[in-house]
Amino acid sequence: MAALQDKYKELIDAAQAAGTSNLKVSELDGVLHIDGEAPTGAVKDQLWNIYGKIDPNFLTGDVVMNINVATAVAGAKLKVITESTNLNIRKGPGTDQPIVGKAAHNEIVTLISKQSDQWWLIRTDGGAEGYAYAQYLQPVE
Amino acid sequence: MIMKLKHLTTVILSVGLMFMISCKSKPKDADIQAAVTTALQSSPGVTADVKDGVVTLSGSVASQADKDAAEAAVKLNQGVKSVVNNVTVTPPPPPAPAPEVTADDSLKTAVAGIVKDFPGIQADVKDGVITITGEQKADRWKKLKMALDALKPKKVDASGLKVK
Repeated sequence: MAALQDKYKELIDAAQAAGTSNLKVSELDGVLHIDGEAPTGAVKDQLWNIYGKIDPNFLTGDVVMNINVATAVAGAKLKVITESTNLNIRKGPGTDQPIVGKAAHNEIVTLISKQSDQWWLIRTDGGAEGYAYAQYLQPVE
Repeated sequence: MIMKLKHLTTVILSVGLMFMISCKSKPKDADIQAAVTTALQSSPGVTADVKDGVVTLSGSVASQADKDAAEAAVKLNQGVKSVVNNVTVTPPPPPAPAPEVTADDSLKTAVAGIVKDFPGIQADVKDGVITITGEQKADRWKKLKMALDALKPKKVDASGLKVK
């Protein structure tokens, strides 16, 4: 139990020091799960950098880290961070849902609400409203 | 004169005796403190302060039972008039609950939705474990790993992945 937490002590300590809220560190079958809400996107990046330093290229598979960013609240501006393509906006939360609009790469959209950690309801400046995949949306700070 | 001396001796003796008795029936605070401290060895985190035979307990313990035990242990000591139990009960934090793991069905759908944007990557889901194979550049793999971890899998097994 303690061995994994020792290995990733720097990461856990950094998460605590940076004010990650609802921080939960637990273990399941030899995998350390770190969940929490970072105060800023920069803190999330910092934590992922520390993780990558302890486990180069994240290849050991002994950590699952799910850090959300606290600034992603209703009304927040989000940047579309797809690789290069448009982001699909769907009628409902799911890839099986019809596409009702698109947001361009690097476009700024508005967060209306979070349906789940994965699916957020957003609105584009062009007026398109629907669900998009949260992984491609980053709060603008 | 002899009678007077005898009388005086009796008085001195009886006063001395009374003094000894009063001493015996009323131990000094320091003695009580020593006895109480010994008695509290089985109650870590609890300290005692003695004044005029009144023992004040302070500190913090994990349960009400521990608090009561400390008081009971102290009360037994001779000379203790009363006990003021100011020990606070602070339950230990519960152990972190097991992490949530997404069920395979929803995990499969979500993984497929993400991996389609990462050409060269194959993903398989079984018992909450996402197994990643293929080839990917380091920065793209980091993005993929961040996305997969957010799905609350049990594990992301990338032992079969080649990072370029």
